[in-house]
Amino acid sequence: MLTAQSLACLRGDRLLFKNVGFELNAGGLLYVLGENGSGKSSLLRMLCGLLMPEDGAVFWGGKKIKEDAENFLSNLTYIGHLNGLKDDLTAQENLYMGARLAGSEVSEESALAALAAIGIARCANLPVRVLSQGQKRRVALARLWLTDSKLWVLDEPFAALDAASVDVLASRLSQHMSNGGMTIITTHQDVTINAQSSQILRLSS
Amino acid sequence: MLAFRRRSDVATTLFFFLIVSSLFPLGIGPEPAVLSSIAPGVLWVAALLAGMLSLTRLFAADFADGSLEQMLLAPQPLALLVLAKIFAHWLICGLPVVLLAPIIGLQYALPNDALLVLVFALLLGTPALSLIGAIGAALTLGVRGSGLLVALLVLPLYIPVLIFGAGAVAASQHGMSSQAHLSLLAACSLLALVLAPMATAAALRISVE
Repeated sequence: MLTAQSLACLRGDRLLFKNVGFELNAGGLLYVLGENGSGKSSLLRMLCGLLMPEDGAVFWGGKKIKEDAENFLSNLTYIGHLNGLKDDLTAQENLYMGARLAGSEVSEESALAALAAIGIARCANLPVRVLSQGQKRRVALARLWLTDSKLWVLDEPFAALDAASVDVLASRLSQHMSNGGMTIITTHQDVTINAQSSQILRLSS
Repeated sequence: MLAFRRRSDVATTLFFFLIVSSLFPLGIGPEPAVLSSIAPGVLWVAALLAGMLSLTRLFAADFADGSLEQMLLAPQPLALLVLAKIFAHWLICGLPVVLLAPIIGLQYALPNDALLVLVFALLLGTPALSLIGAIGAALTLGVRGSGLLVALLVLPLYIPVLIFGAGAVAASQHGMSSQAHLSLLAACSLLALVLAPMATAAALRISVE
């Protein structure tokens, strides 16, 4: 269970938001909405512990995420604006590396299956540098088929994806939630994702 | 963890070391006595600057493509990941310089036992260069003109390594024991090994915010 209490974010000398709080339970989905520059990405980075909140705290299972970092981080998958892919490595090697960093091993079959699920199996052995923007995004998102972490924090996962991939990803997210997972996403697109409970958090500047 | 490939770096560092250290004999003239007396200092300074060349790229690529965020969010201790990266940097930039040094040393008319001490001193000292350099690289991440800033931050910290490293070679040239210098050099490296990964990890957390 993820709980955020009265979070505030200060960038430079501008207060992006304050008093943001919510509680996310197993099977829950949280949409973070807001115009550009309203602090959506900052909030997501804060929830992962990449950014220190100016005020308030984030709790995972009742403990502060900084105090129980190892447990929290092994339950977290974060995909931000940047894809976190190495240009010189192939799509498949990138998945291996991502899994190693997340502390798990991935077999060749499951890596290929993940790439196939999001429709880029034929790019598996190409270096990521030659792929298009949308294809790179899909390689990054293929990690979602390989992880068993509880909490997914996704920043604009649907950006740069074509319509078919959006549907595939939405159904993967629905599946994750029906397995008791939690997801926090920001998006500007209207996508239907099924969840046991979904909340909307609107940030306004 | 050593999947971080950067092939061009090896060539850049090595050629820089090779060329800088070859320029001195050409400029000063082929006087064996002069050459062998400046050799320890020149070779160490060349090794130092060669290692510095690639420092800014140690974390910059990871920062730009988002891999660094993923490293920060990995459940393993960040200092350990950082240590792996520093080790990779040393393998790519430090070790080739160590291996090349005896060949360059011949240009400076260094006697055999001094060559041996030079290699040994570089082997002990270059890890300290990579370790200390990583702190500077992490602190200047995402800053404009970071190359110059890294040099300003890190070069003063390299001074002990330079003094003991060059001192070891000079001592053996004058027929004295280089053991004291080498021990101090090893002490520098060990101290850096303990402190640098943690300092680098802390600096990375700040840089990514």
